Amino acid sequence: MSNIPEDLHYAATHEWVKVDGNGIATVGISDHAQEALGDIVFVELPEPGAEIEARAEVAVVESVKAASDLYSPASGEITEVNEALIENPQLVNSAPYDGGWIYRMTITDEKDLNELLGAGAYADHCADE
Amino acid sequence: MGQRTSLHDRHVAAGAKMVDFAGWDMPLHYGSQIGEHHQVRRDAGVFDVSHMTVIDVGGGDAGNWLRYLLANDVARLEAPGRAQYSLLLNHEGGVVDDLIVYRLAAGYRLVTNCATRRKALVWLARNSPGYNVQVEERPHVAMLAIHGPNSIELACGALPGDCAGKVRRLGNFGALEHEGRLVARTGYTGELGIEVMLPGESAGELWGKLLAAGVKPVGLGARDTLRLEAGMNLYGQDMDENTSPLAANLGWTVSWRDEGREFIGREALRRQRESREQDGGPVLAGLVLEARGVLRNGQQVRTDKGAGVITSGSFSPTLKQSIALARIPGGSQSCQVELRGAMTPLKIVKPGFVRFGKRVFE
Repeated sequence: MSNIPEDLHYAATHEWVKVDGNGIATVGISDHAQEALGDIVFVELPEPGAEIEARAEVAVVESVKAASDLYSPASGEITEVNEALIENPQLVNSAPYDGGWIYRMTITDEKDLNELLGAGAYADHCADE
Repeated sequence: MGQRTSLHDRHVAAGAKMVDFAGWDMPLHYGSQIGEHHQVRRDAGVFDVSHMTVIDVGGGDAGNWLRYLLANDVARLEAPGRAQYSLLLNHEGGVVDDLIVYRLAAGYRLVTNCATRRKALVWLARNSPGYNVQVEERPHVAMLAIHGPNSIELACGALPGDCAGKVRRLGNFGALEHEGRLVARTGYTGELGIEVMLPGESAGELWGKLLAAGVKPVGLGARDTLRLEAGMNLYGQDMDENTSPLAANLGWTVSWRDEGREFIGREALRRQRESREQDGGPVLAGLVLEARGVLRNGQQVRTDKGAGVITSGSFSPTLKQSIALARIPGGSQSCQVELRGAMTPLKIVKPGFVRFGKRVFE
């Protein structure tokens, strides 16, 4: 079974989101997603400052097996990207919820988060796939 | 549930991610495909390739029959204990299957692909009337491939002493039979190594000894990136029944030396050779992507001479960039691929990117 932390929000497309007290959200891909992809060899990061829409393609995660688009779970502005992934993309495999985070963003509308799944619902979603 | 090799439970115990491979439950990786790839390039790894099809050929006409069936010439295997890579061609010169043929003390052994098993057996049966041959599949033979710069030394520690002494003296494509085992300096990685065929019930013991000696299990995922770095074709991807060996970088496997040898496909190949002298024709080339990204099977490419297609594309863990085999017009000087909307240049090289752990192209 993959690791699905309780305190995160999840998209059906396997991104996770964690919102801190200042309204900044950190986004990555779930343990389930990294395991399905296999060893990750490149992460195409977004540009800091870019405005993005919820559910728009924002990054690409390429593994030995396949290229997978990452869809932004919310609308807002990119504030920071995880540049460590340029040299060490396998952080997404080894620490998907920690050192393997992909970007941070401001969230324009908190309601976007209501569209996402809790840990239990996401676990059910993974089991159904 | 698919077919299982005699090592299935050991794969599961080693943490393998098991996947379906042509009807077999096989290990894709044991945690990290890239880690296993490096293990073979830098040290030693063991693959369970017991899903491969093992066929023994005996009978008074075995040699002559194989000289008729195979595009390479088994007459070049001068004595027992020699092996060669070869192709089964159809009458149109397309590739029915690729295999390694071993000359044994009595007869020959063919090791062909897993996914083509039924087709190859049917082809052999259909072309055997009139020859005194016995063709026997050996489904209970297990096969381990041990590869990497330290593989032979570590494997010899896991084999009986008198066998190990002989294994150390084997040259490339040399083979020896020892108490029901066939050990050969053959493989699919571009590294030093051996393949060991042995009774399925003995495979677990050898596997255990290899792991105890420090050889690490390697899955089929790394097997694919290793063979691609070595520039070795995968049947069904890089060539098939509609592909000429001349368009698949396999012309070197066709032996023309004995002009009197009428092997299946010879006449078609001779015509193809003539027409290619006129107008070139497609070739299998190596491609290297200098930019970030990964080339994928089936992607279209464009050269200065026309369109081509990637037949095997992946990420090279050794080179840390993407490489591919592609069928492109012969004589192409430049090549491009569309990656995320942008035409991106590719370097054209001879197929073969890494040998013995080192980059081999300029």
